[in-house]
Amino acid sequence: MVDVPFDTIAGIPAAEAPDVELYHPKSWWTRYVFSQDAKVIAIQYSITAMSIGMVALVLSWLMRLQLGFPGTFSFIDANQYLQFITMHGMIMVIYLLTALFLGGFGNYLIPLMVGARDMVFPYVNMLSYWVYLLAVLVLASTFFVPGGPTGAGWTLYPPQAILSGTPGQDWGIILMLASLILFIIGFTMGGLNYVVTVLQARTRGMTLMRLPLTVWGIFTATVMALLAFPALLVASVMLLLDRLLGTSFFMPTLVEMGELTKYGGGSPILFQHLFWFFGHPEVYIVALPAFGIISDLISTHARKNIFGYRMMVWAIVAIGALSFVVWAHHMYVSGMNPYFGFFFATTTLIIAIPTAIKVYNWVLTLWRGDIHLTIPMLFALAFIITFVNGGLTGLFLGNVVVDVPLSDTMFVVAHFHMVMGIAPIMAVFGGIYHWYPKVTGRMLNEALGRFHFWVTFLGAYAVFFPMHYLGLLGVPRRYHDIGETAFIPASAHDLNAFMSVAALIVGFAQLVFIFNLIWSLFKGKEAGGNPWGAASLEWQTPETPPGHGNWGKELPIVYRWAYDYSVPGAGRDFVPQNEPPARLSAQGAHP
Amino acid sequence: MSVIVLFMVGIAAIAGWWLSQQRLTAKPWLEEGVSVDLREESTASPQAAKIGLGVFLAVVGSLFALFISAYSMRMNMVDWRTLPVPALLWFNTGVLVLSSVALQWAYIAARRDDMDGIILGLLSGGAFAVTFLVGQLLAWRQLNAAGYFVASNPANSFFYLITAAHGLHVMGGLVALGRTAAKLWRGAEVKQVRASVELCAIYWHFLLLVWLVLLGLLTGWTDNFVDICRQLLS
Amino acid sequence: MAVAIILLLVAIASVVFHLFSPWWWTPLASNWGYIDDTITLTFWITGAVFVAVVAFMAYCVFRFRHKEGRQADYNPENKRLEWWLSVGTGIGVAAMLAPGLVVWHQFVTVPAGATEVEVMGQQWQWSYRLPGKDGRLGTSDARLVSADNPMGLNPDDPNGKDDIVIQNDDLHLAIGKPVKVLLRSIDVLHDFYVPEFRAKMDMIPGSVTYYWFTPTRTGTFEVLCAELCGAAHAQMRSKVVVEEEKEYHAWLEKQRTFAELSGQRNVAKAAYKTGSE
Repeated sequence: MVDVPFDTIAGIPAAEAPDVELYHPKSWWTRYVFSQDAKVIAIQYSITAMSIGMVALVLSWLMRLQLGFPGTFSFIDANQYLQFITMHGMIMVIYLLTALFLGGFGNYLIPLMVGARDMVFPYVNMLSYWVYLLAVLVLASTFFVPGGPTGAGWTLYPPQAILSGTPGQDWGIILMLASLILFIIGFTMGGLNYVVTVLQARTRGMTLMRLPLTVWGIFTATVMALLAFPALLVASVMLLLDRLLGTSFFMPTLVEMGELTKYGGGSPILFQHLFWFFGHPEVYIVALPAFGIISDLISTHARKNIFGYRMMVWAIVAIGALSFVVWAHHMYVSGMNPYFGFFFATTTLIIAIPTAIKVYNWVLTLWRGDIHLTIPMLFALAFIITFVNGGLTGLFLGNVVVDVPLSDTMFVVAHFHMVMGIAPIMAVFGGIYHWYPKVTGRMLNEALGRFHFWVTFLGAYAVFFPMHYLGLLGVPRRYHDIGETAFIPASAHDLNAFMSVAALIVGFAQLVFIFNLIWSLFKGKEAGGNPWGAASLEWQTPETPPGHGNWGKELPIVYRWAYDYSVPGAGRDFVPQNEPPARLSAQGAHP
Repeated sequence: MSVIVLFMVGIAAIAGWWLSQQRLTAKPWLEEGVSVDLREESTASPQAAKIGLGVFLAVVGSLFALFISAYSMRMNMVDWRTLPVPALLWFNTGVLVLSSVALQWAYIAARRDDMDGIILGLLSGGAFAVTFLVGQLLAWRQLNAAGYFVASNPANSFFYLITAAHGLHVMGGLVALGRTAAKLWRGAEVKQVRASVELCAIYWHFLLLVWLVLLGLLTGWTDNFVDICRQLLS
Repeated sequence: MAVAIILLLVAIASVVFHLFSPWWWTPLASNWGYIDDTITLTFWITGAVFVAVVAFMAYCVFRFRHKEGRQADYNPENKRLEWWLSVGTGIGVAAMLAPGLVVWHQFVTVPAGATEVEVMGQQWQWSYRLPGKDGRLGTSDARLVSADNPMGLNPDDPNGKDDIVIQNDDLHLAIGKPVKVLLRSIDVLHDFYVPEFRAKMDMIPGSVTYYWFTPTRTGTFEVLCAELCGAAHAQMRSKVVVEEEKEYHAWLEKQRTFAELSGQRNVAKAAYKTGSE
């Protein structure tokens, strides 16, 4: 960065990218299907992710039916229950949340927010989506292969993942690993785009410290994902070889159903290290974009700049870096060297500090704001509650000795659903209600939206808050039926039934949301270019929805940060990032 | 896992250095007007492609660091029997070095607008790389013939796995190289391929570096280093 | 207004639920009361933070919700406030971490006098082994597992001859005696989980893991598997009986040793020997 006095260069015209750089679709096919336009790719990513997410949602209904009313539904047996939890977890974490935040929000928002015409490698970007789609199809195909999908749990721990005591041992696990490998390849293509676009394609004046926090979140998450996904790739490839070629990377000498196998000497713990070296950053890969989105929603709808922007940026970077040295807190009771516990408990609890700072800054942004309780704002508030709740229970599980009784119980299930299920989904919904008008030019229906919000938030909270207490009681996770167990009182079964009913209601509310998405596309209120009065660049496009190339003839010039709300002395309560300073426009220096 | 942690520390150092150049302590709300940063005037695609390659190399580096981590943890187990390294690997290494040299040649030629040099460099570089791959396959066959099967010992499994992963990356490089050559074939001018040639050369050098590290690992030269790494974390 | 009240109600309802929840941890039956204490401490700290954040938020929503003519404050940052909050958080975190690490240190330090007990998991049942008179357990190997040596004990190890093998039955422990539980598996991951003891640890095929505890309360406690181990994971049950020293010894007398068990099956064993290796 060169420190140039601002005034001397204020009159520089926008840097215009040569026209040849931009890809132009020539037919309907290349415009809407094999499109290289990041906005189209974003919508493709989002629709695919939400479709496969609906499958995972249905799986969760089936699981809740079984847990709430064990024995009532004869079509769900122990094997299927394990297959449901595995597919539900894998889809939600990787194929829905990761793909939606980075492939969906990232593709749509990065170019618009940094003032670029498109991603820097549009062709690779297109490939990324199609490889992702292939991964999703391979994953979905496991429902139809002999033996069904794998039931190894989303962590896919060997040895059981590839042994015959686990459902889906023949085809399910192989296709699951293949699908993961494809996903990682596809993601890497997309991820290179997001990173390089943020680094290279920012428009004139868009310094890093002027980026909206959404871009910071997605950018940091992408960098982390690029570095962490190889760990999953290595683990998947090695597990696949153990399964297909009979190597013994992870497989020790063991007896399978009374028969000694040919495996020997391998280390199941090695897999866990590799898996969680990916798996923990993955939590933040999902959380950081949510952090960014929530920051922008709160700031816009409270008409106030985000409080402590610099601290927010530093916290994102710090969390991103720290999240690579905490992975083994998932393995406190795995049988690894117990002395690792001291190190990983310490790093894990340290990461709570930057995370807490983010929470403080969100709520401090509300202080003395002008809070519009729009639907995105409601979702942002719900995000804070669920995230704080889930984050605080993380302090239980991160503190090694507290983790010992709670690990592998429903407490863990409740914790991670709250912190990386419900909270990020709140950010997704808030983001969709917020940016839908930019994407489609129409507002989502308000009444349906409020209904969707209240049912989803209160319902999900009613599912997962009480679940912690089942875990405290000692109910283990991944049990299709807790059965007759002396220490579990009958009331626990009632609680399970209550949670199941709540979960079903929440599930159906999502159908209302899907209906709203489709209905509003045709019948929604016309939105105009900037319905929320937002200052960041994506709302300043000449057309809504943004046209091909985003910015018309000239790229915008950025004169300020993304949070100039309620600036004293300004005419309105927001100043768009590309609005020239008053003294410049007065002089007419801007061409 | 210490190898990958060390790798990540390296990446973090680079990222930290870069971030330290970005005025992250600036107070953006006080700064109104246009400010210009270093990447001004360089948004054209070659620069972006180069940075893209850099990021990609970090990803590939992470991948191999993880393989090495897994290797160093697994080799600790009692059933590990180091396999004899086929002499052919030394020949292959030589060929890969030549391949890298040829690509460097092409890159230098591209900077001097020397079309013949580019073609010669690219073709010989490609040919050497193909020879390397064929040599690796032959090494596999030799090992197989000598009874070192992929599943018979983890050392063998890792040998096949790591060489295959490296070979796949060389093949990916050959695709990029082939596209550059095809551009030349269709009559592209030097300045149209200069960037691609440079990227190929960088990628080749990187793969050579990775190969040397892997070779050190497979032949046991780096055992001491691996031991030190292991002790760091356990 | 309604939104602020609902937000506040969520926090209040959470606290009320916590206070009146009939679902709470099982009565402790081991020395790990410190773990419970650490959890209680953590509940206090995190609960206070949760209520404070949500209440603050609800107040903001109530007080600063949009009205005609309201203008938000312009306040980009307040370094002092942010530092104070960070330091406060740091203190809170340290207050939870420090006792946690102290207790963890106890958890990983097995007292010298602890008796060893081996628990072996396999799909989907538990087996137990107690050292015999010599106080030492013999070696074992998954390769030796067979129909008449289901735990895979080494028949050539003199230490193992007098080991007491408990198959398809409950494990008994004497009250007040520290126990080092050695955990082993012959197929997949399992986790020997007795909620009342609080301690748990995965068992990994190919290696032996451990934890220790002292039973402090007599009674019969259920054993569950806490690490997904395949289709019948939920049915992998057993019982641990903690009893007074005298009753424990009476029980111990009735158990049979490895040598006795394999003596009965001499014929089968010979056949097995020619079968392996």
